[in-house]
Amino acid sequence: MGSRLGGIFWSLIFLAVPVLGVATFAVAPSYNIWLPKNVSEHGPSIDSLFMFILALTGVVFVVTEVLLFWFLWKYDAAKAKGPATYIHGSHTLEVVWTIIPAATLLFLAIYQMNTWADVKMRRPAMSPTVEVVARQFEWRLRYPGRDNMLGTRDDLFLTNDLHLPVDEDILIQLKSMDVLHSFFLPNFRIKQDAVPGMKIPVWFKATETGAFDIVCAELCGWGHYKMKGRVTIESRADFDRWLEETYARQEATQPASEDITASAAD
Amino acid sequence: MSTVTASTLSQGTATTLPPARKPRPVAEFLSTYVFSKDHKVIGLQFLFSTLLWFLIGGLLALAVRWQIAWPWSDVPVLGKLFAQQGGQMSPEFYTMLFTMHASVMIFLVIIPILAGAFGNFLIPLMIGADDMAFPTLNMLSYWFMWPAFLLFGASFFVEGGAASGGWTSYPPLSTNMNSSPGMGMGQTLWLLGLTMVGISSMLGSVNYLTTIILMRAPGMTMFRLPMTIWAMFITAILQAFALPVLTAAGFMQLSDRMLGTGFFSPEGNIVNNALTGSGGGQPLLWQHLFWFYSHPAVYIMILPAMGMVSDILTTFARKPLFGYRPMVYSIAGIAGLGFIVWGHHMFMSGMNPALGVTFMVSTMMIALPSAVKTFNWLGTVWGGRIQFTTSMLFALSFVSMFIIGGLSGIFMAATPVDIFIHDTYFIVAHFHYVLFAGTAMGVWAAIYFWFPKMFGRTMNEFWGKVHFFLTFIFLNGTFFTMHILGAVGFPRRLADAYHYETFHHLQPLNAFMTWCAIGMVATQVIFASNFFWSMFFGPIAGRNPWNSNTLEWTAPSPPGHGNFDFQPVVHRGPYEYSVPGADKDHLMQTDPPNALAAAAAAAAH
Repeated sequence: MGSRLGGIFWSLIFLAVPVLGVATFAVAPSYNIWLPKNVSEHGPSIDSLFMFILALTGVVFVVTEVLLFWFLWKYDAAKAKGPATYIHGSHTLEVVWTIIPAATLLFLAIYQMNTWADVKMRRPAMSPTVEVVARQFEWRLRYPGRDNMLGTRDDLFLTNDLHLPVDEDILIQLKSMDVLHSFFLPNFRIKQDAVPGMKIPVWFKATETGAFDIVCAELCGWGHYKMKGRVTIESRADFDRWLEETYARQEATQPASEDITASAAD
Repeated sequence: MSTVTASTLSQGTATTLPPARKPRPVAEFLSTYVFSKDHKVIGLQFLFSTLLWFLIGGLLALAVRWQIAWPWSDVPVLGKLFAQQGGQMSPEFYTMLFTMHASVMIFLVIIPILAGAFGNFLIPLMIGADDMAFPTLNMLSYWFMWPAFLLFGASFFVEGGAASGGWTSYPPLSTNMNSSPGMGMGQTLWLLGLTMVGISSMLGSVNYLTTIILMRAPGMTMFRLPMTIWAMFITAILQAFALPVLTAAGFMQLSDRMLGTGFFSPEGNIVNNALTGSGGGQPLLWQHLFWFYSHPAVYIMILPAMGMVSDILTTFARKPLFGYRPMVYSIAGIAGLGFIVWGHHMFMSGMNPALGVTFMVSTMMIALPSAVKTFNWLGTVWGGRIQFTTSMLFALSFVSMFIIGGLSGIFMAATPVDIFIHDTYFIVAHFHYVLFAGTAMGVWAAIYFWFPKMFGRTMNEFWGKVHFFLTFIFLNGTFFTMHILGAVGFPRRLADAYHYETFHHLQPLNAFMTWCAIGMVATQVIFASNFFWSMFFGPIAGRNPWNSNTLEWTAPSPPGHGNFDFQPVVHRGPYEYSVPGADKDHLMQTDPPNALAAAAAAAAH
């Protein structure tokens, strides 16, 4: 059934899968379609785990896809002579291709545990740097102020404009006012759902100054796409100055009636 | 006209109607074509219904892709529907589109086409039974799909539109009627529709289990069953044990919405200025219950395709299945482990991270049986004599694509990597490789393969191969690129992500993917034309056009009521191809024992 030409054509189509697959991943970084710049202390261990799994699965992908191509090429009924090999399996092969993947997967499972524990389980012993409260469709922020305590008179309130100091442990207390949201900082390799009724700690250490995106990564309603914030990482001095200025502005605008004049004067 | 229905009609007329009575054409028509208890008619009813919904789901996907590629631009053709917005899509409409795309594809297409269409059509034929154990239950399992069709269909037209909380329907978004447009009547209808699909699946799975256990032909031991039947059997077990949890959770969500209970919302939870029920509950509870069903459901959506692909590969490689028992055990292993991995959907949910570690380990381990299956498929192709039929090409692409879908799962299973790629296009790529590039391609392989048995005619091979080629190219253009999109962290479910600095440069890539998606859907015109043309004008197939071994190929094409001319007796396993010493290259399960071949088979073991 079918001509040799057909067999050649279809084998090559299946060969195109690993060739174009690898090419896509090889070319993507040069178009900046790749892991965004990392600016957190734990980020490199996540990125290197990603690259390690990519290399491992890449090898398995290429080997299995090329084998498939080779078998199609070689055992095309229009080319190969005589009947098919009459074989029902191989106990040895089954054992080999069960034990090797099992060991690899188990190694992978154990290998990554430490990174997971660093990011999600080994919470630094400190009071929260800032409380982030997610709400349809904004990020409400509350800094503890001079007394370093949330819920006191000198708390500083802001929306979507998160500022944090560089090179310091940061502990965020994450809450939600209404539905589920997810606090996603792509450049910090941080993601954590915000759940109504729960206070979830999120911690990291920024390694560079700059401004980066805050994205909501859990569907939260029609305006999910626009639930955008920015996080500005700055030196301790700049951060303190920003805190003082912002707090002063908040105090100045406290009476609602003076709102407009005060911000205009700024 | 030699279709199933026509031949069953002629038989029915001959046997059930006394000649003296006046024929009652309407009643006869209804009982034969509509309220039929024949498993083959029910299977075809499932097939036609699900293919229609496949089209609807595909068009919904195109609308989703349009918005991602060219946000807020006028929608062609469908734009007339949003005249009030000047032809643009609103964000709530976009949210509804992806919710309903997923819901339709999962609950009205993949699950019913595998278990409903192919399970129904193939189980009695492949085990040598004259019908299902419970024909009436079987008929009801199809007719319970109709309330679901109507509820899902009607939800598009109610105030606020259809459900728009994602197919996962996470509370409190989904339990508060005011949280977003579409969360009112649309979500209620969605939950009721889901319940109907659940009833249908439950009736089907009870029937399949009973039929496979009790109604196998003489000689058909469990380890002589074709892989299709093993897969259907284990899928039915998964359905039977996982579904009650989803049904219960669905009723809890309904109760939260309609009766003001608070299973899934903490006390005093206010969304969009409206109180969410009485409180005292936990949003994570829904996620646990939902994924306790929906993770096994992922296997419900792939295992039958794996089984059918195994049968097709052996037929067109003219070679026994490599490692029959390991294949059976790995399906059982996937099903067993499938019940203890649901937490991997919840690594970022706020669930205790220590619990995440145990789910991570079990998830890593479930990759193992999938790897074993892949290696055995490769072993099956190795040393074969491959016939590149359309059906074989789709089956081979299932293997090729499942490798991608399986391997990309390891990234998400690695919890630290999941922190970054969770809810990005990486996961979208992953499940489309499993469900579209895997299951849908497997379904096409099965349609081209069993079409002759269903309608007595074969589909056109040339146009079948054109259909395969274009679908294969376009699907990879659409879905492979999603991996690198996910590597940037591009989030799913955003109506417009380009206003983020991180993602603003990704529009051209998304436009490319949308063009591929348009090509992919357009290609299906070729399939639909081929399908309907061949139903009436294709070449007559005969009983066994592929020289395959299993029992359905001993029955007439299409089989009449009762399926077989006489009770088939099974003498061997389903994969005896190219047996040395046999007088032909395949020994059917019913062929009487051949001394020479039996000796050779014994020696080969």
